[in-house]
Amino acid sequence: MGVSPDSAAIDVNGLWKIFGPKAERVLKCDDKYLEPTALREKTGCTAAVRDVSFEVRPGEVFVVMGLSGSGKSTLVRCLTRLIEPSAGEIRIDGEDIGRATPARLREIRRHRVSMVFQHFGLLPHRRVIDNVAYGLEIQGAAKAVRHARAGEILSLVGLEGHADAYPDQLSGGMQQRVGLARALAVDPQVMLFDEPFSALDPLIRRDMQAEVIRLHREVGKTMVFITHDLSEALKLGERIAIMRAGSIVQLGTPEELVGAPADDYVADFVRDVPRSHVLTLRWICRPPEPGEPLDGPVLPVGTVIKDAIGATSSSSRPIRVIDGDELAGVVDRVDMLTFLSGQDSAAAVRAGA
Amino acid sequence: MSTTAITTPSRLRVPRWAAPAGIVVLFAAAYLVFRDTGTLPHDKSAPQFLAITDLREWIDDHRNSNPLFLYFLNYIRIFVGSVYTAFQSVLYALGWPGLIGVMGALAWLAGGWRIALPAVAGVGSFGVLGLWQSSVDTLALVAASVLLSLAIGIPLGVWAGLSRGARKAITPVLDVMQIMPTFAYLAPLVLFFHIGAPAGAIATMIYSIPPAIRITALAIEQVSPTAVEASASLGATGRQTLFKVYLPLARSTMALAVNQTIMMALSMVVIANLISAPGLGGDIIRGLSRAQVGIMLPAGIAIVVMAVLLDRMMVALARKDPHSWIGRARFIGAAALAIAGLALTPLLPAEWPDGWTVNFVVQVNDAVHWAETSWYGVTTFVKDVTTSLLLNPLEGLLTSAPWWLIAAAALLLAWRVSGLRPALTALGCLLAIALLGVWEHAMQTLTTVAVAVLVTLAIGLLLGVAAARSSRYSAVQRPILDAAQTMPAFVYLLPALALFETTRFTAIFASVIYAVPPVVRLVEDGIRAVPATVVEAAASAGSTPGQLLWKVQLPMARRAILLAANQGIVMTLAMVVVGGLVGAGALGYDVVVGFSQRTDFGMGFIAGIATVLLGVMLDRITQGADRRPSPQRRKTT
Repeated sequence: MGVSPDSAAIDVNGLWKIFGPKAERVLKCDDKYLEPTALREKTGCTAAVRDVSFEVRPGEVFVVMGLSGSGKSTLVRCLTRLIEPSAGEIRIDGEDIGRATPARLREIRRHRVSMVFQHFGLLPHRRVIDNVAYGLEIQGAAKAVRHARAGEILSLVGLEGHADAYPDQLSGGMQQRVGLARALAVDPQVMLFDEPFSALDPLIRRDMQAEVIRLHREVGKTMVFITHDLSEALKLGERIAIMRAGSIVQLGTPEELVGAPADDYVADFVRDVPRSHVLTLRWICRPPEPGEPLDGPVLPVGTVIKDAIGATSSSSRPIRVIDGDELAGVVDRVDMLTFLSGQDSAAAVRAGA
Repeated sequence: MSTTAITTPSRLRVPRWAAPAGIVVLFAAAYLVFRDTGTLPHDKSAPQFLAITDLREWIDDHRNSNPLFLYFLNYIRIFVGSVYTAFQSVLYALGWPGLIGVMGALAWLAGGWRIALPAVAGVGSFGVLGLWQSSVDTLALVAASVLLSLAIGIPLGVWAGLSRGARKAITPVLDVMQIMPTFAYLAPLVLFFHIGAPAGAIATMIYSIPPAIRITALAIEQVSPTAVEASASLGATGRQTLFKVYLPLARSTMALAVNQTIMMALSMVVIANLISAPGLGGDIIRGLSRAQVGIMLPAGIAIVVMAVLLDRMMVALARKDPHSWIGRARFIGAAALAIAGLALTPLLPAEWPDGWTVNFVVQVNDAVHWAETSWYGVTTFVKDVTTSLLLNPLEGLLTSAPWWLIAAAALLLAWRVSGLRPALTALGCLLAIALLGVWEHAMQTLTTVAVAVLVTLAIGLLLGVAAARSSRYSAVQRPILDAAQTMPAFVYLLPALALFETTRFTAIFASVIYAVPPVVRLVEDGIRAVPATVVEAAASAGSTPGQLLWKVQLPMARRAILLAANQGIVMTLAMVVVGGLVGAGALGYDVVVGFSQRTDFGMGFIAGIATVLLGVMLDRITQGADRRPSPQRRKTT
């Protein structure tokens, strides 16, 4: 996006959250670095978020992925202090959230950051339109104003005609659209999603993911998206942080995670991902060998490998992979087949070539 | 005295690990050796009693000069009294046709004509029974105390639901309030608030506030945390979240709190007549003390009608579809009914016409007399067998054993069942009873309670198991249990009195039919809650139905059964004390005498405290059995 890290939308530094009776004391000593089970045995405390730092760029979709119990839901709640962090610094648009007064914090929640929840959190006694308008209502907006805005948002998420229904009359997917609309209605800069689609069945989930991608394109919000579903993370995330036991074990683009897992845990995670669907030609291109013809077809370096299969197989000459104007390397049929056969890592492919 | 109290348990600490039989033998031996020593016979003019009687005289003399009364308690009394008078004058101003119309209209709004029709008939029946005036007084008293109870109970309940600290502080107080037999706090109230309608309303409030607080707190706790979080994430203030999320979502459960409060109030306003609260209670108490069913039956019917009516209205309100507004047809119907009633008021006579009442005192008394004589054989047999086989031996044992031996036994029992802390509480209660000088009567009451609980549990288990095993039987039994649980407590004294006249057994019979329904329900629910997979596994291993019951279902329902026992005990105690009115003697009788004879006020006062202590003791002995932190479901189920 061409924005320097200084103007990150969200900047998290050394964030800790320890639950338990002696959280303060644990935080002050070295016990906090113990393994989760050892920590619980020794102190009775649970470290849900352990020394997490990251930044989210404006307009980015940042995904936090982890299994249940990895602390990702706690993490996202710490961002607006729905759960009070134990230590660390959070800045949203440069403003220190930790120091915000309750009134200032409410202002931030009202106008800057809104959230979509796994179990929707709709108010069953209010009609859909009043649910969507809830955020504006608590800001003190007049009824006509907030209903007009809520109506617009409802049509944006494809729920026109359901304004007067009650939440329990809608399907799960539609209820989550209401949740989405409610978060959008206050026109926030940042949207937080806490596993919004994991309570939905797979087909609906796919629709909703497409919906989020579309909305992101249309409204361009900064999004922090929590999920336990790797394919969802890969589909939505521009960058993904993988969490395990409260810490981030790897943070990178989908390509980096799949192509170069930081440890066995991440490797295990991404093993079943079809690599050719995620990795780009950057991972398999190699320097041209002496005497190799360099007049084959040209493909940009960011091309996903599966999309390059056709070009590679129909050309007898190596494909030239270019990064901007420069030649990044070449790929021929043998390289492609070796990669697709799947046993070797990208590095091995290059080494063997 | 204190040396024995301390040495006895420590001497017995070792055999706690030995076979229980050893302990029993030890106690039996101790009993035989020390029998008839260390007993504490009842003394009607014990110094403790006289001191309290003197205190009352002093307070009555200084009621209008002491600053505490002048500037605080008297104002409460005046305020409560004026709320009552306000309700009373409004209800009377409506006139009887107006009141019928307005009640019918309210019922129509709550649940349509299906509720409105019985409401009109029900309110009309107060007049037909010849009890219009006392019914209206009772209604006014119930309305005043419910209004005040809710005004205090709902905010406290919301607070307890939102804050864990508040809940921790409030729960023990509620526990004590709920195990307090109703009789117990009448006497202290007389000290502070004199007698009459205000004191009656305050007594009723004390009785009916706990469910209001408890159910409201529960309703608030049950509000979906995600909805609350979503509200907070949008920047709602605490106040906005309370009024826009918590209260609307807790609405239908809170309607149950209101309902429960009304039911509790209805059963208490009758007993409040002992301290001269107006209303239907007068007839009932008069009938009870003269053992004339004919006098109390109409009043009893009126109270039950009132209870059923208000219950239906509140339940209909709670079940109403939350999304739909009140239909126009319903609104018009209700308005028409109210206007018709009010329009008739000036046209019809101001008093309910005498010609429209039905009087059946004589017939009822005759019928009761007939039942007593013709079933004499059966009822006397039941009564005598229970008395000679259970009551007399147990009472002989408890009253002839030295007090320290009983205290030690209670301590050991409570320790074994519930742990050290409850055991010490139980011991403390017993020692306090001994110090207060009501030991002998407390032991007599304990005897009655023990026998009644035994019978209650036997019947309750039997019916509960039967209901759990046969859905068809359960379907028949459920509505009966539901009806039984909405009825005010003393209504059960009616049939008991009709069958057994005024004897100790009457109270036992009444408390058994009072306490059986909740016990049955808890047992049935407990057995039904056993997971189907476990039952299936046991059946697939070839268990007979009997084995299934004894080896799987009953052991797994242990917690529910113990809870049932606990609840049965608390309810039985409350009833046995009320049974003092109809010949149960002991503490209950002392309480009643305390109200009727000024010179015995101290004894009644202390007997009331002793019933509380007895209740706390029995509760502590049994409650630890399932290790639940607080008796959450008691009386609210």
